[in-house]
Amino acid sequence: MAECGASGSGSSGDSLDKSITLPPDEIFRNLENAKRFAIDIGGSLTKLAYYSTVQHKVAKVRSFDHSDKDTEQDHEPPYEISVQEEVTARLHFVKFENTYIEACLDFIKDHLVNTETKVIQATGGGAYKFKDLIEEKLQLKVDKEDVMTCLIKGCNFVLKNIPQEAFVYQKGSNPEFRFQTHQPSVFPYLLVSVGSGVSIVKVETEDRFEWIGGSSIGGGTFWGLGALLTKTKSFDELLHLASRGQHANVDMLVQDIYGGAHQTLGLSGNLIASSFGKSATADTEFSKEDMAKSLLHMISNDIGQLACLYAKLHCLDRVYFGGFFIRGHPVTMRTITYSINFFSKGEVQALFLRHEGYLGAIGAFLKGAEQDNPNQYSWEENYAGSSGLMSSSPELCPTQRARSGTFDLLEMDRLERPLVNLPLLLDPSSYVPDTVDLTDDALARKYWLTCFEEALDGVVKRAVASQPGSVDAAERAEKFRQKYWDKLQTLRHQPFAYGTLTVRSLLDTREHCLNEFNFPDPYSKVKQKDNGVALKCFQRVIHSLDALGWEERQLALVKGLLAGNVFDWGAKAVSDVLESDPQFGFEEAKRKLQERPWLVDSYSNWLQRLKGPPHKCALIFADNSGVDVILGVFPFVRELLSRGTEVILACNSGPALNDVTYSESLIVAERIAAMDPVVRSALREERLLLTRTGSSSPCLDLRTWSGPCKGGHIWALGPLASQSVSLSVCSGADSPVLT
Amino acid sequence: MRQPIGYEAFGLPPSCLDWLAARWRNGRGGLPRMFFCSGWIAAEEATRAPALGGWLGRQRFLLRMGAGRLGAPMERHCGVAATSASSVREPTPGGPDGRRREPLRRRANSASAPAVGASASAEGVRRDRPGSYSGATSSSRQRVESLRKKRPRFWTVIASVNFILLMVSLLVSQNYFRKSICFQIRQSHFFSQKPFCVYSSWKPQVFPWFGLDIGGTLVKLVYFEPKDITAEEEEEEVESLKSIRKYLTSNVAYGSTGIRDVHLELKDLTLCGRKGNLHFIRFPTHDMPAFIQMGRDKNFSSLHTVFCATGGGAYKFEQDFLTIGDLQLCKLDELDCLIKGILYIDSVGFNGRSQCYYFENPADSEKCQKLPFDLRNPYPLLLVNIGSGVSILAVYSKDNYKRVTGTSLGGGTFFGLCCLLTGCTTFEEALEMASRGDSTKVDKLVRDIYGGDYERFGLPGWAVASSFGNMMSKEKREAVSKEDLARATLITITNNIGSIARMCALNENINQVVFVGNFLRINTIAMRLLAYALDYWSKGQLKALFSEHEGYFGAVGALLELLKIP
Repeated sequence: MAECGASGSGSSGDSLDKSITLPPDEIFRNLENAKRFAIDIGGSLTKLAYYSTVQHKVAKVRSFDHSDKDTEQDHEPPYEISVQEEVTARLHFVKFENTYIEACLDFIKDHLVNTETKVIQATGGGAYKFKDLIEEKLQLKVDKEDVMTCLIKGCNFVLKNIPQEAFVYQKGSNPEFRFQTHQPSVFPYLLVSVGSGVSIVKVETEDRFEWIGGSSIGGGTFWGLGALLTKTKSFDELLHLASRGQHANVDMLVQDIYGGAHQTLGLSGNLIASSFGKSATADTEFSKEDMAKSLLHMISNDIGQLACLYAKLHCLDRVYFGGFFIRGHPVTMRTITYSINFFSKGEVQALFLRHEGYLGAIGAFLKGAEQDNPNQYSWEENYAGSSGLMSSSPELCPTQRARSGTFDLLEMDRLERPLVNLPLLLDPSSYVPDTVDLTDDALARKYWLTCFEEALDGVVKRAVASQPGSVDAAERAEKFRQKYWDKLQTLRHQPFAYGTLTVRSLLDTREHCLNEFNFPDPYSKVKQKDNGVALKCFQRVIHSLDALGWEERQLALVKGLLAGNVFDWGAKAVSDVLESDPQFGFEEAKRKLQERPWLVDSYSNWLQRLKGPPHKCALIFADNSGVDVILGVFPFVRELLSRGTEVILACNSGPALNDVTYSESLIVAERIAAMDPVVRSALREERLLLTRTGSSSPCLDLRTWSGPCKGGHIWALGPLASQSVSLSVCSGADSPVLT
Repeated sequence: MRQPIGYEAFGLPPSCLDWLAARWRNGRGGLPRMFFCSGWIAAEEATRAPALGGWLGRQRFLLRMGAGRLGAPMERHCGVAATSASSVREPTPGGPDGRRREPLRRRANSASAPAVGASASAEGVRRDRPGSYSGATSSSRQRVESLRKKRPRFWTVIASVNFILLMVSLLVSQNYFRKSICFQIRQSHFFSQKPFCVYSSWKPQVFPWFGLDIGGTLVKLVYFEPKDITAEEEEEEVESLKSIRKYLTSNVAYGSTGIRDVHLELKDLTLCGRKGNLHFIRFPTHDMPAFIQMGRDKNFSSLHTVFCATGGGAYKFEQDFLTIGDLQLCKLDELDCLIKGILYIDSVGFNGRSQCYYFENPADSEKCQKLPFDLRNPYPLLLVNIGSGVSILAVYSKDNYKRVTGTSLGGGTFFGLCCLLTGCTTFEEALEMASRGDSTKVDKLVRDIYGGDYERFGLPGWAVASSFGNMMSKEKREAVSKEDLARATLITITNNIGSIARMCALNENINQVVFVGNFLRINTIAMRLLAYALDYWSKGQLKALFSEHEGYFGAVGALLELLKIP
C-alpha cells in the first residue's frame, strides 16, 4: 500500500509499476464476454465495472415416457438428468490501486474479444486525468458521468439488491459489525460522501436527490494536513499512525481547562474543548502519532457534527457514510460513529456500506446500461467471486495481503426473475430469516465452520460422483475444495466479510462455489434415485393411509411429514445413513419418531382446526426430495386437496443439497398424478400449484420470493400455511416461518 | 476512544451529590436567607412591605438579583433543577408553590420536563444546604458535609441549626460588624458573596472592582477605575489598593505577556452609582500562576475584596488562589456571564459609538465597509463564542437561552495548527502571516476539480472543495509557503465555524448571528469571511454581527455579578 500514497492525486502517473504480473483469470474474469464497461478513478483507487455473461452447466431433469411400462417392476430411474449449458448475466467489479491502472488497461485490451463496445463510462476525480490513457489503450470513447449521480445510483442499487449491505459499527461490542436487515424502502436517507471533501446528499427516491450541503474538511484535509504535520506520505500510513496515538497530548481537553472540577460539574473531562489547543501553548515536540490521532478526531467529529445538523434539519435518522476517508477503515468508522452518537444523542444512526468503494463504478455502469434495464432485475452477490469486506485491510489478514489485497472483487449474478418479499410477511423489515447469528456467537461460529470443513470431503466426493462422464470433474472438484476452504478460513478471521454469518450464508457460499466450478447439482443422482424409490412406495403408503380411520389418518399424515425430515441435509449422521443404506425405510423412520408429545406440539390444535371448515388455500414449502416430499408431503397435500383446500407447493428454484427443486417437483407431481386421481384432477383444475421459492438455498429466506403471488389467495391461508409449515416442511436448522 | 468536543456538553445530569458539591464550590451560598424569605416575602409583601418601608423591598430586590441567580448554572447542567432560585427571581403569590415554577430558561429544555416535579420536591429538602454552614469553619464544614453525605435524613435537623446560625448572623450584622464579618469569615460564601446590605443605606462592593474570565488560552480581566473618588475616600484608601490602581492604569503592558487593550477602554461609565473607566486587560492562561503570585505579593487578600471569576480556569485555579494568594474566588457560570456581558456592553455603547457592527460588501476589499448595527432588538439571537473552542448559544431573552452545540475547531485549533505548520509563536504573528498568504495554493477548490462551477449542485468554482486538499500531492507540499499555510488554516477554521453556525441558525430559526470571542481579535479576514459566507450560503437570510469588545464579555459579566447589576 505504500505506493498508494505516492500516487496521490497529483502524481499518479509517474510511479506506475509496469512490471507487475496479474493473475488474470482470477481478477478480470469472464473478460472475453464483457460488453459494457465503466470505470471510477478515485484519488488512489480505480474501480472497473463490466457486464459479462457466464456459461454455466445446469442440471436439467426430463421425464421419460412411462406409459408403456410397469413402473412397479421397473428399476429405471423415474426421470433422466442432463447437464446443459446455460448463459447467465453477471456484473463484475474490480477494485485496484491507481498504480496498476496502465497494466490493467493493457490486460483488458489484450483480452477483450467483444467489439460491440464503443464507449466506457468514466467517473471519479481521476477520470479526466486518465481519459487519454483509456481512450488510447482501449480504443473506447470515454463518456464522463457525474460523480454524485453515480454514487447515489450505486448506493440505491446495492441497498436494493444486497440484503446485508449496510451495517452499524460499534468498536468493542460483540459483534462489532451489526448488519441491518433489509429495508423494504430505503428512502429517504442521507448520504454523506467523505472523499477529499464532504458532500451531503439527501436521497428521496431512485432518481430524486438533492445536494444539501458539504464541508471542505474531509479526507483530503486529513491526508494533506496529516502529510504536512507528520511528513507521512500515504493515507493508510497516516491512519496507522493515528490508531497508535494519544490525542490528549495535542488536544485541549475539558479537564485541561477546568482542572479537576469537571467531575463535580458533571462534565466529562475527556471531551475535546479545542482541537490542537495544546500545540499552541507549549513549544514541545509532538509525536506524529498523537498529531495524526488528534487530526483524525478533529475531522471525524466535524463530519459527524455536520451530518447530524443536516439530518436534524431534514428530519432524517439514517445516514450512510461512504467515500475514501471511510473505506472500511475501523478507525474512521469508529470515530465517525462516536461523533454521530455524541451529537445526535443516539437519534441518528451512522451506517456504513459493505461495498461502499464500488458505488461510483456501479452507478456509472448503471448509467451506461440504462437501455439494458439492469434495475428491472434482481441481482445477487456471488459469494464465490467476491472478496469480502476488509479483504484489503492490512491489519486483519496479513497473509492475504500479498496480492489479493490489492485487488478487490465483487460479482453479482442476475436472477431469473425479480424477487419480492413474500406478501405473507407481516413486517418484512423486522423479519430475520436466521435464528443463529454466528457473528456474535464465537462458539457456534467455530462449531459450524468446523462442521462445514469436515463435510467438505463428502461434498467433493459427491460432486465428482454427480458427473461420472466428465473427465475434469476431479480437477474441478479439487478447485472447488480449495476455494470453499479459503472462504471458510476467511470467515474464521472475518466473520463479517459477507454480512451476518449464518448457516444459511455458509450454505449459500458453498452453492456459489460449487456452481463456480460447474457442479450445478451434486446431489442430482442421489435425488434421482431417492425419488425413484419413493415413487414406488407411494401407492402402498396411500392405501395404508386410506385404510385408517379419520383421526388416525391425520396423525399418520403429520407423522409422515415429520418422518420425512429425518432425511434432512443437516445432521451428518443422516447423510451417513443415506450413503450406507438407501433403503432406510420410511416406515422405520416413522417408528423411530418419538411418541407425542413432541417438543413443539400443536397437533391437538391442528386436529381441532381440521374438524372445522376446510382451509381456503395452503402454502407448503417442500424440503427434501425422495421419501420426504413423495411419501410425507404428497399424502398430506392429497388430504388437503380432498378437503377442498387449494395447495401451493413451493420448491427451491435452484438445487441445494438434496432438496427437491422446482423442476423435479414438476416431474414428481406428474408421476404421482398418473397414480392418484385426486392429485391428477387438482393439477388439472389448478387447485394444486407448484411454484418456486426463488431460492437455491436449503434455508428459506422469505424476503426473496419469486413465486406467483396470487395475492387474494395467499393472505387467506396465513394461519394454515404457517402452521403446516411449522409442523412439517421447513424444519431445518433455521425454521424461519415459525412465527 | 476519547470523547470529542468541549466542556460545553452537559450531556448527563450530574448526580445529586455532584450537584450539591458543585453548587457549594460555586460559591453561591445565601440559600437559607431565601429559604426563609422567599415564601414569606411573597406572601406577606402586600400587607407588610409598605409598613416596613424600603426594608423588605430592598431585601427582595437583592434576593432577586443576587441569590436569585444561584441555581442558574445548574439548570442548564441537568435540565431539571427547578431551583428555588427561579422562584425567588419571580416570586408568585402562592407562597411555597412559587418555588416550583419553572425558570424561563427551562423552556429550552422542555424535553426533560417530566422530571420536574420530582426534582422540585427534592429541592425543597435540599435547598437549605450550603447556607447551613454559614458560621462554620472550613474544617467543620467538611466534617458536616461528609456526615451529611452519609446521612441525608439529618438535613431536617441541620436545617434548624441552619436557621439558628442565620439568626445569629443577622444579629451580628445588626451590630455593625458587617465589614469585618463579611470578609473575615471568608469561607462563608453566604457572607462573602454579597456585601452586607441589610440596611437601606446599601453600599456597593468595596474597591477594587474586577471581573475575571479564565479561558483555555487567555485570561480576560476587566477593571473599573473609579474617577469620582472623594478626598475622604482617598484618605481611607489603603495603600495596596492605590498601588493596584496606579499599576493598572499607568501601564499598557504587564510583565512580558499582559496587555491592556487601551483602544477598548470605556470612558466615563457609571457603574453602581460610581463614575469611572472600564479597562480591558488580557494575558495568557499559562501565566496564571504568575498572576496569582502577584496577587500574593501585592497583598490582594488584605483588600477584603471578592474576585468574581468565570471560565473553566475559575475552577482549575480556585485552589491556587486560595492557597497561594489567600483569595477566595467567586465562581460564576460562563455562559450566564457571557450573555450578561454582551447585553450590558451593548447597552452602554462604545464611548458614544455603536458596540455592534456588521460588514457591507465583505468580499470586496475596496467596497467593504464596517457599519454600526443597532442591536436594540436582540432576540432571538444566535451567539457564537469563538475562544479556544466554540460554543453556540440560542438566546431568546435575557434569562432564556440554551446552548445549541459547540465545536472543538476554534481559535485554539487555528493557533495550534499554525504553530505546528509555520513555527509562529504568537496569535498576532499567525494572523500577520495569514494576511500575506494565499490559501488557494493549499486548498483544493471546486474549480480545481471541475474546471469551473459545479453546476449540478450549484457550487461556485471558488468554493473550497477540500481544505488542504492540494497538500496530498508532494510537489504542491513543497511549493507552498508558511504564509499560505497560515492563511489556509485560518480559512478552514473560519469556514467551518460559519458553516456550523449557519446550520444552527437554520435549525433554531434565528437570523441574527453574533460572533464574539478572542479568535476575532484583530482578525478582519475571519470576520469578513464569516460575514460573506453566512450571507452567501443563506442567500442573504442570515446576518453576521460582530462586537467591538469581542473577547471580554465573560469578564464583564463577572464584574456585573460582583456588583449585582441585573
